[in-house]
Parts: sequence; structure tokens; C-alpha cells
Amino acid sequence: MEFLTMKLWSPYLVGIGIGILSWFTFLLSNKPIGCSTAFARTSGMMERWFIGNKVDEKLYFKEFPAKIDWEWMLVLGIFIGSFLSAKFSGEFKVQWIPSVWLATFGSNITPRVLTAFLGGIILGLGARWAGGCTSGHGISGTLQLTVSSWIAAVCFFISGIATAYFIYYRIGG
Amino acid sequence: MFTKLHAQSKLQLLFGFITGIIFGFLLQKGGVGRYNVIINQLLLKDFTVLKIILSAVVTGMIGIYFLKGRKLVELHPKSGSLGMTVVGGLIFGIGFAVLGYCPGTISTAIGQGNLDALSGGLIGIILGAGLFAQLYPKIQKFLKIGWFGAITWPELFQVNPWVVIVPLSLIIIAIFFRLEAAGL
Repeated sequence: MEFLTMKLWSPYLVGIGIGILSWFTFLLSNKPIGCSTAFARTSGMMERWFIGNKVDEKLYFKEFPAKIDWEWMLVLGIFIGSFLSAKFSGEFKVQWIPSVWLATFGSNITPRVLTAFLGGIILGLGARWAGGCTSGHGISGTLQLTVSSWIAAVCFFISGIATAYFIYYRIGG
Repeated sequence: MFTKLHAQSKLQLLFGFITGIIFGFLLQKGGVGRYNVIINQLLLKDFTVLKIILSAVVTGMIGIYFLKGRKLVELHPKSGSLGMTVVGGLIFGIGFAVLGYCPGTISTAIGQGNLDALSGGLIGIILGAGLFAQLYPKIQKFLKIGWFGAITWPELFQVNPWVVIVPLSLIIIAIFFRLEAAGL
């Protein structure tokens, strides 16, 4: 079982593994792998704490009910799968600042957390706006040869690359 | 199709959970739960993300279209429009680079101990997704601009899917050889 304790696998093997996993989700669950609706549903579940069942009357939550579904369980599973993988290889490490950030923007925690928070808001907004994220459009949609998913994936990378260059070579440069 | 199996809602939640565990395990082993790997992909210094996505695409599409040919699966193409897909995709990309994780890999990052992902990013994504749910009734018209619906390339070109799959797979494999030859 040595492969379970390896720190990294070849990206090609990981990709093939995800591709094969998607055969099974289509076959056994009639679902493509996706992650971002789980976050929208969670926001609805949290809104329920404040406005109760009125949340179910909102247009968005009529289409994507604010409750736990297959995809929500999938996202929950990711935390556990990642934790197990990191534990097996001794890679689990509590860490505030990634080293690439640290080298450019220093070791102060607050700017990194605020940036992550802001980035998260934009990402969550954009994912639901586009109707999918790197998994739902980027992997599951493109592998079905969906036109909208190929367009979305190209847009993710165009603005992602432009923004990363701006952050690291303009602001940080 | 296994329609009886698909209708068992409790069992399906368990299947979703197991799929997630395997997916999270793979993403962590692929290194894409790391901010560094995502940012270096966007800075075009490290092509791990692209290699994973494209090998999943080749493997996935061959299998899914094979199973579809046997009537064992059905496709779930997402609908799209310029107002939705292009605008949403460009917003997503900005968030992708500012955060350095995406909705799937942030869960991977948290699982391996990254606290910037847990404290800032996760809450941000939930709020951002919630913000879209609030905006949704108000931007209905905008989202329909340039509507092209839920269509696949083979449907658009009216060709047999394998006419797309075979050349696309060869192009992707050629990209892999170029990346490896360039030492990326």
C-alpha cells in the first residue's frame, strides 16, 4: 500500500483517476461531479436560521433547494478524503500562509485572510453566475463536450491568468 | 440505466459522500489543494492543474460516450449564454486568482490543514454564492443575453461524437508531450 503514503502522484494518474470516478458517478448516481452548488445551498441553509422557511420561496432556492443533496455530501467527502491522504503521507500541516504568498507579501496573517475572504466572495459569485466551477464546468462539463463548459473553462483561465499576473507582477512586483 | 438505484435517495447521499472521499484523496495526491500549485498554474510556471483537468477530460469523455452508446448513462450538459457563461466565467477567474483555491480544491486545502482556506476563503465562497442567490431574480434578463442553451459540440456540428472525441484526445496528448518536452 506504499502508493497511499506517497506525497504526490503523477498529475496524469490523478486525472485518469478523476475521469474513471466520473464514469461511476454517471453510472451509479446519474450525476456529474461538481462542487459549487453545495456552497449556494449552504448559504440558503444559513439564511434559513434568520428568515425560516421563507428561504424556500426565493427564486434561486426553488431551483436549487437549500438542503443537503448528493453534491453537498460530495463536498463533505472531499474534506475527509483530503485529510486521509494528507495524514497517510505525513503532509497534514496546520498552516496560515502559503509559501508563494509569503515570499511576495510577507508573513502577516491578516492580509492573506482578508484577500482569501475577498477572493472567496468573487469566486462564489462567479461560480454560481457561470453555473459551475472548475469541477462542474472545467472537468465534468468539458468531458461531456458541453459548449457552455468549454467557454466557461477558457474564461476561468483567461481572467485567472490576467489577475494572477496583476497580483504578483504589478502589486507584488 | 440503473434508474432504480438512482431513485434510492439515502443510498445516493452515501454514494455522493464516497465519491467525495475518493475525489478529495485524488485532489490532495495531485497537489492541487495547494495555493502554490494553483497560483503557479495561473502564472504559467507549473502545469499540474491543466495536466489533471485534461487527463480527466480524455479519460472521462471516452468512458462516458462509450457508456452513453450502450444507453447506460445520460448526459447532463449545462445550459449557457454570453451573459451567464462568459461574464460568470470571467468573474470566477478573478476570484480563482485572488483566493488561490476553487470550490473543490478549497475543501482539499482545508482537509490538509490550510487555515487561510478555512478562515477566509470558505466563508467568502458561501457568502459569494449567497450573494448570487440574492441577485438571481434581478439579473434574469442579463443571464439570457446571447443564449445558446444546453448543447454539446457534436450536437452543434451535427456529427458523431467520436468525430470530436478522437481528434480532441490526440490534441490533448500532443499538448502533454509538448509540456513534458518543455520541462513544465
